[in-house]
Amino acid sequence: MSAWDWQVFCKDTIDQAIVASCFGSGNDQSYLDWLLSAWGWTLKVSALALVLALMVGICVGVIRTLPHRTLALAGDAWTELFRNIPVLVQVFLWYFVVPELLPAMKRLPSYFLVVCALGFYTSARISEQVRAGIQSIPKGQLYAGLAMGLTLAQTYRYVLLPVALRMVIPPLTSEAMSIVKNSAVAFAVSIAELVMFARQASEETSRDIEIYLAVTMLYFVSSLGVFALARLIEIKVKVPGFLGAKQ
Amino acid sequence: MNLDFSFITGDLLVNYIWGGLKYSVLLTLVAMAGGIVLGTLLAMMRLSGIQALEWPASLYVNTIRSIPLVMVILWFFLLVPFIIGRPIGAENSAYITFIIFEAAYFAEIMRAGIQSVPKGQTYAGYAIGLTYGQTMQFIVLPQAFRNMLPVLLTQTIILFQDTSLVYAIGAYDLLKGFEVVGKNFNRPVETYLVATVVYFVICFSLSMLVRRLQKKITIIR
Repeated sequence: MSAWDWQVFCKDTIDQAIVASCFGSGNDQSYLDWLLSAWGWTLKVSALALVLALMVGICVGVIRTLPHRTLALAGDAWTELFRNIPVLVQVFLWYFVVPELLPAMKRLPSYFLVVCALGFYTSARISEQVRAGIQSIPKGQLYAGLAMGLTLAQTYRYVLLPVALRMVIPPLTSEAMSIVKNSAVAFAVSIAELVMFARQASEETSRDIEIYLAVTMLYFVSSLGVFALARLIEIKVKVPGFLGAKQ
Repeated sequence: MNLDFSFITGDLLVNYIWGGLKYSVLLTLVAMAGGIVLGTLLAMMRLSGIQALEWPASLYVNTIRSIPLVMVILWFFLLVPFIIGRPIGAENSAYITFIIFEAAYFAEIMRAGIQSVPKGQTYAGYAIGLTYGQTMQFIVLPQAFRNMLPVLLTQTIILFQDTSLVYAIGAYDLLKGFEVVGKNFNRPVETYLVATVVYFVICFSLSMLVRRLQKKITIIR
């Protein structure tokens, strides 16, 4: 193998000439610009998918613990459905099938469809964690809440969820980290994220190793960032002397 | 939107889908077997208490686990021919990639399984005069294996789902088979729907089986 050539990132993406500042000016774009914008896409898709996954996942997780049988079954069905289809197949489903069945979806930008796919896929896994978290709280707490005259909704809001949601932060952290990794499947429907960049830029420049290394490093950095952020939240919300606080 | 599934015939399934399904299943089984062997080795290294063994094993497991599988697939597709000195094709490259990738995940399951056996069991083994090897073989590992079997099988279902990612290097697996059908017959909507159903039926029935097994073998304490 020939020696490293990190200058590849300073090349212009069109005429392959080396740009002195490494950043393109005006409409010109260097590979470094492209790499950073690809990283931006990875983070954007991951962040939006995480928000969607948390909202849906927490709702479904709560529903699955309710005493209402039909609702709980519907929640179980949701989880089984989205957990047992490969994420790449779900991406294709949202990209090729859903817009045909619901023509209104055709007007949405394509990254939004990937966000839906990733978000719903992860929501199934999050709902599983949230359900386990709620069910690990002794039944007596629910009964105590109801006995005090709280409604079921109030019992969840003031008694069960404050504890359960704090307990599931560590497993949710690893879900958040896997969302960043799973967002890599967006390349299959041509979202300009990191893997897409890796495939295209390495094709154009033949500097596969340098490009792959840069992309892999950015995934590391993103994972670490998510981990640090989640840890910060965990420390911030912990109740001294309470469950989960001793870690 | 009119859906028309009439183009899907037995012949089509044999010609396009069967080979892909066989490859996906084979890749899953090879990666599981290889991953469990390599993973057990890594878990043993991490639990050995010897710094020189622990450190490389943790580095390996943590590195692999923080890179997206697609990226690992691309890396190996690039590096393996370079190391071996000749091209080996997407299908063979995927075998190597998946063994190496899954080993990191299986190693963590093994480690958790071994650690899930209370320390008292090991001490009890030593106390009645068993050697380290005997304690592992007759006391710790049988319990550890029971504890981790459901997780091991669940990971294998996830592994089967993950094999669809060989799409990145163009290997002909189950999903690729459906994609080719969709293109050739110009019916992507129907083929992706069928692909979804096929993956769901396989994964859902497997996870039901795992759940039944789990009920059967759980150690009641």
